[in-house]
Amino acid sequence: MKYLFLLYSPDGPLPEPGTAEYTTMVQEWGAATGAMAAAGVLVDCAPLQPPSASTTLRLRGGEVLLTDGPAAEIKEQFGGFTLVDCADLDEALKWAATLPVAVNGSIEIRPVVQVARG
Amino acid sequence: MTDRLDAVLREHWWGAVGAIARRTSDLEIAEDAVQEACAAAIAQWPVDGIPPSPRGWLITTAWHKAVDAMRRDAVRAEREAAAVRELGGLAGMTGQPDLAAEPSWLAAEAGQSWAGDDASLGGDDELALIFTCCHPALDPAARVALTLRSVCGLPVADIAAAFVVAEPTMAQRLVRAKRKIRQAGIPLTVPGPEALAERLSGVLRVVYLVYTQGHRAASGTTLVRADLCEHAIRLARQLVRILPAEPEVAGLLAMLLLTDARAPARTGRDGSLVLLADQDRTLWNHEQIAEGDALIEAALRAGRPGAYQLHAAIAACHSTAPWAEATDWRQIAVLYRELVRYEPTQVVLANQAAAIAMAEGPEAGLAILDEIAAQGKLDRWPQLHIARAELLRRLGRADDAAVAYQQALAAGLPTAEEDFIAGRLTDLAGH
Repeated sequence: MKYLFLLYSPDGPLPEPGTAEYTTMVQEWGAATGAMAAAGVLVDCAPLQPPSASTTLRLRGGEVLLTDGPAAEIKEQFGGFTLVDCADLDEALKWAATLPVAVNGSIEIRPVVQVARG
Repeated sequence: MTDRLDAVLREHWWGAVGAIARRTSDLEIAEDAVQEACAAAIAQWPVDGIPPSPRGWLITTAWHKAVDAMRRDAVRAEREAAAVRELGGLAGMTGQPDLAAEPSWLAAEAGQSWAGDDASLGGDDELALIFTCCHPALDPAARVALTLRSVCGLPVADIAAAFVVAEPTMAQRLVRAKRKIRQAGIPLTVPGPEALAERLSGVLRVVYLVYTQGHRAASGTTLVRADLCEHAIRLARQLVRILPAEPEVAGLLAMLLLTDARAPARTGRDGSLVLLADQDRTLWNHEQIAEGDALIEAALRAGRPGAYQLHAAIAACHSTAPWAEATDWRQIAVLYRELVRYEPTQVVLANQAAAIAMAEGPEAGLAILDEIAAQGKLDRWPQLHIARAELLRRLGRADDAAVAYQQALAAGLPTAEEDFIAGRLTDLAGH
């Protein structure tokens, strides 16, 4: 079963490349996702462009409505995703808790609907 | 016969739903199948007699019902998939397992009879079911309701009544919880040893909430909904049987038994509240007290104390005192001080203060309660105001006591307790 981790980070800029904070961040994320890959559960993961780069789409009465920015204004921003393939929710929760953003942000665990193509 | 039949069905409901749910990975199908099997038992057993293995009979019968349900689902899913293909959409986008492709698996499973000796069956099915119903990914209120439905087999109407909501509202809440389990992939398994302790505390919490839901119905005029209390005690008893090496499980059962033993004396003939000190102790269930007392003594010997064991030890101090003045308040104050380490809440501190007041005099306890009251965090907790009022009354400060009783009333209480406070206020006004 596939689970999408929606990673919500505290609002604010990321550390600048070249700083010690940046190195720590890269190492921590590398360790967490590296362990997921080694365990064979990692499907894909990526950071996202900031919310200011996002567009929200709604279709109302056949009309496409676009809004600049994310759907909701909250103290945390949707900052990335991790897609894992796990046996069940307990395994997914275990892996989600290993991501650094679990400490200062939040992670929404969204089961992925299985779509058979053919 | 009907009573005996009800008792047998109630005893095996949990195990039967657990067995079917684990093998179908679908709680909804399992519950419906066991419900149908129970209906079949009610029709057949009075004629044929209760079978030698009622549990095996129920599971086998329920399994056949479950297989039928899954076949119907599979046929429906296949029809839906075919319709989608016809429309040129995405085939198989139903989220349903492809049962039609595995008839041999179904046939093999359906052939199993579970004819074994009931006593030799392990508790894995029961544990898996209750751990699923109490999963932390579910809404906390839904965990209690779902446990009452799936584990205890309580009808939806009764659960709705216990939560004081309309039946369709409760039915919807249960459907949503079961859908979450299915869609989110909450497993019907026993957690591994690394997660067991933490998850077990979540299960014990739900059993405790089932009891409190019964002990003190949120609103309404009855102080005790005995059926919910009985269900909670039965749950705890079965958990002790399955997990004999967990002292907190025994602690919870002991606490429930010791508290419940006092229930007959808790309300007067007119339904009003009777305080512990004023209760007729001959009305207490002394057999239940002896059982709870022995359980908690044995559990504490394991040397792994916890919140439920401490609550039980406190309840034992009350329940084993032959009369109110013989209560060992010093010991109770010590136990509350230990309990603060596990439950560092204002409520526990307030109870500790009340115990100190009894051991060392009202002034000592009142000083602590005043400090807690001044923080304002427990304004909405009527027991704080009642405890302060009682101490003020004992110190002869009638006006201050009346104010505290009024604060308790303002915080909201069941009718029986409101009547009790109204009585106290009348007494105070008369002096």
